[in-house]
Amino acid sequence: MTRVLLSISALAFSLAAQSVTPERLIRANQEPQNWLTYSGNYSSQRYSTLSEIAPGNAKNLELQWVYQARSLEKFEATPLVVDGIMYVTEAPNNVVALDAKTGAIFWVYDYRISPDARVCCGSVNRGLAILGETLYMGTIDAHLVAIDSKSGRPLWNVQVGDPKVGYSLTHAPLVVKDKVIVGVAGAEYGIRGYIAAFDAASGRELWRFYTIPAAGEPGNQTWQGDSWKYGGGSVWITGSYDPALNLVYWGTGNPGADWNADNRAGDNLYSDCVVALDPDTGKLKWYFQFTPHDEFDYDAVQVPVLVDANWRGTPRKLMMWANRNGFFYVLDRTNGEFLSGRPFTKVTWATGLDSKGRPIRAPNSSPTVEGTIVYPGVQGGTNWYSPSYSPRTGLFYISSWADYFMNVSKMPAEYTPGQRYTGGAPRSPVPSLQRGLINTWTTENGYGAVVAMDPNTGERKWEFKMTDVTGAGILTTASDLLFTGNREGYFYALDARNGSILWKTRLGGAVSSGPMTFRADGRQYVSIAAGHALFVFALRQ
Amino acid sequence: MKPILITILTLFPLVAQRQYLSSDVENGSRLYRTNCYACHGPEGASIPGVNFQRGQFKRATSDDDLFRIIASGIPGTAMPPTAVNDGARFAMVAYLRSMQSAMSAVGSGDAARGKALFEGKGGCASCHRVRGIGSRIAPDLSEVGAIRTAAYLERSLVVPAESVLPEHKAVRLVTRQGTTISGRRLNEDTHTIQIIDLDQRMISYLKSDLRELILLNTTSMPSFQGKFTAAEMTDMVTYLLSLKGE
Repeated sequence: MTRVLLSISALAFSLAAQSVTPERLIRANQEPQNWLTYSGNYSSQRYSTLSEIAPGNAKNLELQWVYQARSLEKFEATPLVVDGIMYVTEAPNNVVALDAKTGAIFWVYDYRISPDARVCCGSVNRGLAILGETLYMGTIDAHLVAIDSKSGRPLWNVQVGDPKVGYSLTHAPLVVKDKVIVGVAGAEYGIRGYIAAFDAASGRELWRFYTIPAAGEPGNQTWQGDSWKYGGGSVWITGSYDPALNLVYWGTGNPGADWNADNRAGDNLYSDCVVALDPDTGKLKWYFQFTPHDEFDYDAVQVPVLVDANWRGTPRKLMMWANRNGFFYVLDRTNGEFLSGRPFTKVTWATGLDSKGRPIRAPNSSPTVEGTIVYPGVQGGTNWYSPSYSPRTGLFYISSWADYFMNVSKMPAEYTPGQRYTGGAPRSPVPSLQRGLINTWTTENGYGAVVAMDPNTGERKWEFKMTDVTGAGILTTASDLLFTGNREGYFYALDARNGSILWKTRLGGAVSSGPMTFRADGRQYVSIAAGHALFVFALRQ
Repeated sequence: MKPILITILTLFPLVAQRQYLSSDVENGSRLYRTNCYACHGPEGASIPGVNFQRGQFKRATSDDDLFRIIASGIPGTAMPPTAVNDGARFAMVAYLRSMQSAMSAVGSGDAARGKALFEGKGGCASCHRVRGIGSRIAPDLSEVGAIRTAAYLERSLVVPAESVLPEHKAVRLVTRQGTTISGRRLNEDTHTIQIIDLDQRMISYLKSDLRELILLNTTSMPSFQGKFTAAEMTDMVTYLLSLKGE
């Protein structure tokens, strides 16, 4: 009887524990057994303090369970884990709740997508947010859906944008306090992007920040004529949050049309920027534009990584950013001040950055009708794959496409609602979005690498070279492990200090997501999606 | 390595044309096989009034016209929109244009004489295989006439190293035990390489078990320039073009 009572009270405790308060989200670092946001916590370092799996025992990692998605789209999602329950999306917009230890399924939520949905680059989804006992998901037909985490039943569903003209949501929402914040994608269809906050309880829209300012608003003068109306500025990737500064940070995407800038003279704010917003009002506090007047599709399609560290001897609130344009930046996240920027891969479109961080454009680098060779290629020096920062090593880790170029041809760009609006066609010997089964190129055409950068010097500490390119995110841990994968279907544990391989396994499908880690019943697990399945590993017992 | 841009000469020099990577033509040829071949045929001449090798189109003049037609199809006809991305459409245009610049030796020789050369004087079958006969050391050519143009084939016979695809590169490797093995690369990733060796064995190696691994930019295939007469060259190309698979 005593035992029954005990287990009931333990159950009650664990049920209460499954409610995720705003305070728990702010202090997510204090519960490393869980993975409460897309990037693990608000600073988005993808660094876990779990250390059971370590360099000395990583060779004993073994597969615990697999979840096979029913979708043949790329599996780009990072799961959430809340007190032993895993929540994960399978492309495009279905949600599954599983036992994090065994993969046993509690419930499935199937979302019916409007036939109006159109996405440029895959009908994918990258994950969920949670607040209280409610999960939040953006959909490729530009809805935001609230789902009860205990039953998988939808609670509310609001339209964020019009899918018929190309608006879509592919990233995991960001919950801050009582709000759910998302941004829209669709610059390849000539949208005008925005970031919007919704009341977590009701779904009511509370504020909206347009990534492309309207006529009369500050920044609109950086657009020629009416070009701002189709100016793009997608949001592809979840932002980060600094509770002390009360700022959310979001990366914005390319201006439209992607590769034909003839009708949009000017810097085209706030495309290719990081914007710092007040999460209570949506007001812009500062911005930094990585690629003014972008002609290459160099979205700032990365997670802002927030780091408190010594900057050349002085403690500072930093933001680190390896951009698609090939440069690695360090900014002061209190005000957006540019501190440093160095290429982390071969770059030919710019000869460097000036003292304010503005790129110095290389002559004759613009797209032409005939075609222009530009490094990095269209997928960028890196892309949306989550980087990682380890406070232990002090290094910033990037999934990079090295020595990779495109031949970019300019085409006419005329806006027609719901139609592609890209103004060009970049091609490269390395396939952009998916790998075939046979390696049909050579390393001279580019290769994948994990690059470890020292933020203070902008120098590479080490590089882990792959034959194929990589679309995998990175996770580091307090035991100096670095987990990542690649298109070849390998999943690795590397030594974060020097890049040596400690363990690897072949998963038989390209890794297109970021690894994450959690603990259940005292045991550390690490998960990775590859091909159309999610794999979960732990040490052999 | 500096990427090489190629300008494909067309019959319409007044229209600004685009430059393509050799990988565009290569990808385009694969895409042509999947998307266009069934209706347009291997020479691009199966639709009346359209002949890709002669640069004859009903509704297109420029590369951009071709691109648009591939993207949108032609309403009211059997030509459907092709659901591939813009880069792939460009690659298809690149391939169509490469077909057009390939008007040299099409069909003007004698395929039977070419076959005799292939199996006899040329010695081709000692490395290549056609319809189950010959070696697998070099790529199987049973379908080569469906995926290659006359000019490409002719060039391959004159400068063979130029036309070796990355997935067919010759490799030489030395095992940890000191054995040297030569063959053709079938596939490769960061940790392994798959080859077919000179004894036609398929072997996968862990790179960590190799002392040396060299991907050769040369090929053991000889140039037939000077070895074949002009007439023999035409016969050979005609024979190769006749190989359309099953």
